[in-house]
Amino acid sequence: MAVRLTLRDKEFTVNPGTTIRQALKLVGIQPESVIPTRDGELITDDEILKDGDHIRLIAVISGGSL
Amino acid sequence: MRCRKCGEKAAINMRQHKLALCGTHFLDWIPEQTQRFIEKYRMFGEDSRILLAVSGGKDSLALWDVLQRLGYQTTGLYIGLGINEYSMRSQEMAEKFATENDLNLTVVDVADEEGATIPEASKLTERGKGKPCSVCGLTKRHMMNRVAREGGYDVVTTGHNLDDEVAVLFGNTLNWAVGYLARQGPVLEETAAGLVRKAKPFCRFYERETAAYTLLRGINYIYEECPYAEGATSIYHKELLNQMEEVRPGLKLSFYLSFLRAKESGLFVQESTLAKSKLAQCRTCGQPTTAPDQCAYCRTWDGVRKRRVTTREGETR
Ligand code: SF4
Ligand SMILES: [Zn+2]
Ligand SMILES: [Zn+2]
Repeated sequence: MAVRLTLRDKEFTVNPGTTIRQALKLVGIQPESVIPTRDGELITDDEILKDGDHIRLIAVISGGSL
Repeated sequence: MRCRKCGEKAAINMRQHKLALCGTHFLDWIPEQTQRFIEKYRMFGEDSRILLAVSGGKDSLALWDVLQRLGYQTTGLYIGLGINEYSMRSQEMAEKFATENDLNLTVVDVADEEGATIPEASKLTERGKGKPCSVCGLTKRHMMNRVAREGGYDVVTTGHNLDDEVAVLFGNTLNWAVGYLARQGPVLEETAAGLVRKAKPFCRFYERETAAYTLLRGINYIYEECPYAEGATSIYHKELLNQMEEVRPGLKLSFYLSFLRAKESGLFVQESTLAKSKLAQCRTCGQPTTAPDQCAYCRTWDGVRKRRVTTREGETR
């Protein structure tokens, strides 16, 4: 098993054993631009990913003319 | 990571403040800080009548929630832009939040007021060159001010966060748009010519903090983006700034704060005096403008209506 990261309709698979922050950088997501959640709980990105984890990333950037 | 206040597991880490907090303490911290900014920048007082622009997105609903928790008197203003599904869903979110929290919400619809939706209007004007954001921004600002004036509100508040502010600041700095720089800040003072005071109580929160607040408070907001936001310059600027923030935590905040300090110490004073001296009243709507006769809003919408009639006549012929 591996770790699943989902962001909107995108899904990434990474290996366990690294921090969320490292995993985000690996798949090319800016840590500043998302909030990681697991089972609906907000978690900090220094958490080490475990086998079978599913991390739902909430996008925080919004735009357009304000 | 642990909460600095209680040692429980942290829900969020704010690297720019070297501060990690658990959900409970973060939900206390946001209103405390908001109150601090309201006082520091003299935004409004306990008795002020506040008109709050609500888009149905995370920032405006979080702001509404916080101001309500702090005991301020607010009325929400939702502006219907007519952007299909997106507008319908965001209006639903705004209405639902108002009902559930027993708050007043005023809804105005651009198509009802001006005869065309934002996407329709953008096709019938040179402004924005076919992209709706420019007409949209102009219309939102105008309508907010109009509703605030008619309703006798003391101040208009918007949910702009630090990332929004810094993206605009960055864009204006790249262009040395001194006129705009002179006007940017947590508060835009009212002018004699009929511009209602504007305040941004969230201007020092990072975007991820306002998002975390809505999630932890269980506030339902519209998660989808407006379809026209894709490829917007402001988003590009936000991404660039986040890349820098990644390497230097706190960079976004210090960019904003040092800009405010520079302004405080007199940078752009000339520009802002100049801009004020040039303000005249629009002959159609009476709102202040730097244009000699009609404001950009009235010119744009008059143009849209004229073209609309000509295209219609063309169709029937
Ligand atoms: S993205 Fe553009 S069109 Fe959409 S709401 Fe924002 S300003 Fe308006
Ligand atoms: Zn705590
Ligand atoms: Zn006008």
